[in-house]
Amino acid sequence: MSDQGWIGKSVKRVEDYRLLTGRGTYIDDHPPVANLCHAAIVRSPHPHARILGYDLSAALAMDGVVGAITGADVLKHSKPFSVGVTAPVQYFCAATDKARFVGEPVAVVVARDRYVAEDAADLVQVSYEPLPAVVDPERALEPDAPVLHEAVGSNLANNRRLVYGDPDRAFRDADVVIKERFRFPKYGSTPIETYGVIARWDALDGVCTVWSNFMGPFIMHPLTARVLGLPGNKLRFIVPPDIGGSFGIKSLIYPYMALIALASKLTGVAVKWIEDRHEHLMASSTGTDRVAYRELAAKKDGTILGMRFRWLDNVGGYIRSPEPGCSFRPTGNFVGPYRFQNLEVDASTVMTNKCLTGPNRGYACGHLYFETEGMMDRLADTLGLDPVEVRRRNLIPAAAMPYRTPTGGLYDSGDYPQAFDKALEMAKYGELRREQAKARAAGRYFGIGLALAVDPSVSNMGYVATALDPQFRAKPEYLPKSGAVDSATIKVDPLGRVIAILGTTPQGQGHQTVVSQIVADELGLVPEDVTVVDEMDTFTRVWSISSGTYSSRFGSVGTSAVALAARKLKKKLVEYAAHLMDMPPEQLEFRDGAVRAKQGKGPSYSVKDLAGRAHWNTESLPEGMEPGLQATAVFGFTVAKAVDAEDRVNSSNTYGFIAEVMAVEVDPETAAIKILRYVTVHDAGTIINPMIAEGQIYGGALHGLGGALYEELAYDEDGNLLTGTFMDYLVPTACEAPTIEIAHVVSPSPLTPLGSKGLGESSSMTVPAVIANAVSDALSPLGIRINELPMTPSKLWKAIERAGRSHAAPTAGHPRSRPTTGPPVQ
Amino acid sequence: MKPPKFDYHAPRSVDEALGLLQRYGGDAKVLAGGQSLMPLLNFRLSRPAALVDLNRIPSLAYITEQDGQVRLGAMTRQRTIEFSPVVKERLPLLREATKLVGHLPIRTRGTIGGSLAHADPSAEYPAVLTALEGEVVARGPKGERVIKAKNLFRTYLTTSLEPDEILVEVRMPAMPAGAGFALEEFARRHGDFAIIGIAAMVVRDGPRCRTARLTTAGAGPVPLRLRAAEEILERDGLTDAAIEAAARRASELVSPDADIHASADYRRHLTGVLTKRALKRALGAARG
Amino acid sequence: MAEMVTVRLKVNGVAHEGRCEPRKLLVDFLREDLELTGTHIGCEHGICGACTILFNGEAARSCIMLAVQADGSEILTVEGLMQNGTLHPLQEAFREHHGLQCGFCTPGMLMTALDFLKTNPSPTEAEVREGISAVLCRCTGYQGIVNAVRAAARTLGGAAKVESGT
Repeated sequence: MSDQGWIGKSVKRVEDYRLLTGRGTYIDDHPPVANLCHAAIVRSPHPHARILGYDLSAALAMDGVVGAITGADVLKHSKPFSVGVTAPVQYFCAATDKARFVGEPVAVVVARDRYVAEDAADLVQVSYEPLPAVVDPERALEPDAPVLHEAVGSNLANNRRLVYGDPDRAFRDADVVIKERFRFPKYGSTPIETYGVIARWDALDGVCTVWSNFMGPFIMHPLTARVLGLPGNKLRFIVPPDIGGSFGIKSLIYPYMALIALASKLTGVAVKWIEDRHEHLMASSTGTDRVAYRELAAKKDGTILGMRFRWLDNVGGYIRSPEPGCSFRPTGNFVGPYRFQNLEVDASTVMTNKCLTGPNRGYACGHLYFETEGMMDRLADTLGLDPVEVRRRNLIPAAAMPYRTPTGGLYDSGDYPQAFDKALEMAKYGELRREQAKARAAGRYFGIGLALAVDPSVSNMGYVATALDPQFRAKPEYLPKSGAVDSATIKVDPLGRVIAILGTTPQGQGHQTVVSQIVADELGLVPEDVTVVDEMDTFTRVWSISSGTYSSRFGSVGTSAVALAARKLKKKLVEYAAHLMDMPPEQLEFRDGAVRAKQGKGPSYSVKDLAGRAHWNTESLPEGMEPGLQATAVFGFTVAKAVDAEDRVNSSNTYGFIAEVMAVEVDPETAAIKILRYVTVHDAGTIINPMIAEGQIYGGALHGLGGALYEELAYDEDGNLLTGTFMDYLVPTACEAPTIEIAHVVSPSPLTPLGSKGLGESSSMTVPAVIANAVSDALSPLGIRINELPMTPSKLWKAIERAGRSHAAPTAGHPRSRPTTGPPVQ
Repeated sequence: MKPPKFDYHAPRSVDEALGLLQRYGGDAKVLAGGQSLMPLLNFRLSRPAALVDLNRIPSLAYITEQDGQVRLGAMTRQRTIEFSPVVKERLPLLREATKLVGHLPIRTRGTIGGSLAHADPSAEYPAVLTALEGEVVARGPKGERVIKAKNLFRTYLTTSLEPDEILVEVRMPAMPAGAGFALEEFARRHGDFAIIGIAAMVVRDGPRCRTARLTTAGAGPVPLRLRAAEEILERDGLTDAAIEAAARRASELVSPDADIHASADYRRHLTGVLTKRALKRALGAARG
Repeated sequence: MAEMVTVRLKVNGVAHEGRCEPRKLLVDFLREDLELTGTHIGCEHGICGACTILFNGEAARSCIMLAVQADGSEILTVEGLMQNGTLHPLQEAFREHHGLQCGFCTPGMLMTALDFLKTNPSPTEAEVREGISAVLCRCTGYQGIVNAVRAAARTLGGAAKVESGT
């Protein structure tokens, strides 16, 4: 696999030089065209209101204002975006008839600079007829609730009931059935760089160029072209080399790409819009808040027979693609790392007067595992088993790999029990339990939590169709969807150095460094010999529907394309050298940066030598060989297939594993949570750059902690946003970040040339579960268990206070001696 | 998020500044460190006709000791206070409070006068000024007047300063030698305004407590002096039982509001918990 | 049209002059008028710290200062950290310890850490965390940054000792 072994080394990042010296190129940094004008967006102050009219006169009269567009122009000059469900939801790039959440765009003002644009935006008069609002997904489904989309007739955007195996029988046969209701909060990604879009619609050549920090997927290119009424070859998306973080949210810039493009078209100037933080918190995107009803059927020995999930996912004012991915993104790994075969999922997607949703690090997996791992602990309680034991009894064994889940997932590799044991060993689980007994004897609330998760990477875009009814998918006019593809081009210059060109959109993941490691290994070079260009441009890069940097794709599909391109090029070099040496290619190999005979001594040709000859003297090429030294590879997973008639789909392409142990102490007086130990073990197959991989884990874990303890986009009952600033939306600082003990287990993927899988989302999907379980364990003497996040000290104290009236202070005894019922934390 | 238009003036003297305030008749805003006002301007929640920037008046930044008082010019930076030997020696509670004001880059610009005039009831300085029975000097067209802490804070973000007055000096009596003190805060995140903060000072006289001071931050529209709790300590001394009783009393004295970060009940409860913790820490540090 | 003001200041040792409205934020002046785009805008209300610069030698948020207030001042931005083509030891430490991913908070983080180390040259880990809590980072979970600042403290402390010995 590797000639010199750059893969597996913590090679320092080549990106760092420019980023550490203030020379990065983010969307806001350099105007790509001259005479840019600046946009400010007028937004609805109402959660729900009919738009009666616009008065732009004062704004347009202002010195420095170039023009303005409103929802009426949007209606006239664009089409609504396709949505992923059959409900007749019309989602335009700005409000056209009604505003359905606070912050929804209603007009755009274009001016000489941003200051003037904001002055003019203040003068735009929009008349509204305020309507009653609804924010709670359960309330939104009541018959008398205000309806957001009259054409839909209710606030239910979609519902699917998926049945795998025979869940009814599993519940009939069960010794124990456990039920619980969970609530997961609405929190977002809040990258430190907000959205930014620059658009120039050239009226003469008809090309609309849109620069933005959009991360993909580039399926949004054809969808946006359709919205704008452009053929694909007249719409150009360009992504600058540096993006200031994303964590999912920058896949949702596309409505603004369309809106700013329209503003450019209608005002006739190039328009720049940089989202401000208030806009970002109000109106960009978040994960869904969810109400979940869970049921678990098990035998007395702890074997799970089946589960039922009933979900209400709140997607806000409109269901925007790729929602309802909030429900279906993890379809293939609905069962997590456990063996049970019977599952019923009832997934409702509900629209309310909140900001729209979409992928947020760990897309829907944070929700999934918070619920499932909470249920595992409740099962342990009910049966009087240790939570370790109840998990061990249900884990998929290593011998079962590759493992087909009942929902269609194909877990490509892994040894879950081994990784779990490693986590327990690192955390010294037995010792922690003894420490807990001592702490409890002293009246302290000390708890230990566990969480196990299958970490899905590289979405198979076919999963989105799980939202549709099988009968609908069976219609002849329905086009099935599947795939997970990335490309790479590698070229050798006449002096023998290498340029690798990608169509990815990195947001801090160090693609240039990682690619230089892979190419260096493949071609026997050092990373410095490889220059990596990864500036996405839909006119010049090789790309497809699924291109982009999302869903932890790069470590798996992107690196595979690079390795394959390098191997293709290497093959060509061997064939060329064979021709020069007059030897059969089979007797040659690529070793230590040169083509040499496999056996015996003989001449060798270095890359540099071959490059010089091939470029300068095409006559030296063998007959039929294409001139030039370059190779493009497009890697696509063959396991990515469309959803079948039984709703089974391999929704991801590679699947890693996470095992975590956390110990916490809860201050009985303030209810503050202190993390004492946090161990996380990951299996992401081959690790190409451990430094970068661990950086992803640290960041993912803190993002998960944010959602578990600090972050929530909160609304009052009337739909007003309460957290429109970073004073109220609490992103954790270095003081809140726990010390993390990380270890890896390596089960190479059989599906990728390097054996690697993705791990960019990593512990963001497990931390909500592990800390909720740890806090529940700490407070188990009070009968408290966590079923709602974020766990704010105020809410937790209320629960402790309530429980304190009916329970004694913690006492020594069996660490798991908590009652099986108790007041839920509300 | 760009500020709206305003006239901008950077007077070189307080008199010049006062003249400007008069000229705008209440439509001008005084700009001190700007760490609260500038965000409000950026959000366009504040739209003054003019800003009168005090940052070019060097005579407003000083720390001196006089008649048992420490006097701080209104434009003294929080960062200067943090590292001031006089403050360390004479007003250690103010020093401790300063370290809890935002973060160092905020304290670089933030001023003591600005913080007090902004009158955020969750902020540290209003609580300390109240606990130490300090006062401020306001200068207006009719000259100077001294406003005691208890008369300064009216309600949320509102003081008894007139629109044509400028807060020019802050005075705090030097803390008695050997006084124990603590500022206990509970915030969801480091560096944030406290959900509840308690500023405490105790002066011991053997087993007795000669003076006790307890003030809240975040427990209502103004910093609240917990006099009834102080009296328990001054009467019963600094025993564990008296501290418990004072803490209980403290939580009964406040009527805090609820917000997204904490319920009113939790704030009331925290008032008691932090009173106890502040007193214990203050007691541990007290000599005499 | 509001009256324009002249702003003369030194940035990274170089004298500059510009004219702008008095309401122009210092960060916009640096980025737009002086084309120093290394300083980033993350929140425009003084919380995230991405825009932190050294103002007369001390860390301050340039999104909640007016450009006109910087008239006559000396400013150091991230572009001025490198000397003679060599990374500053703090920059070097960030690279060595993976103290950055997307790089967007990094300029503010560097300037904040530089000021912090001046006030506390040999910090404990808890003190480093407190010091850098002035800046929000969404990528790193802060561990790489904490490691980098601690390492830089050792390097810079060592250098200071050498200097004081000569």
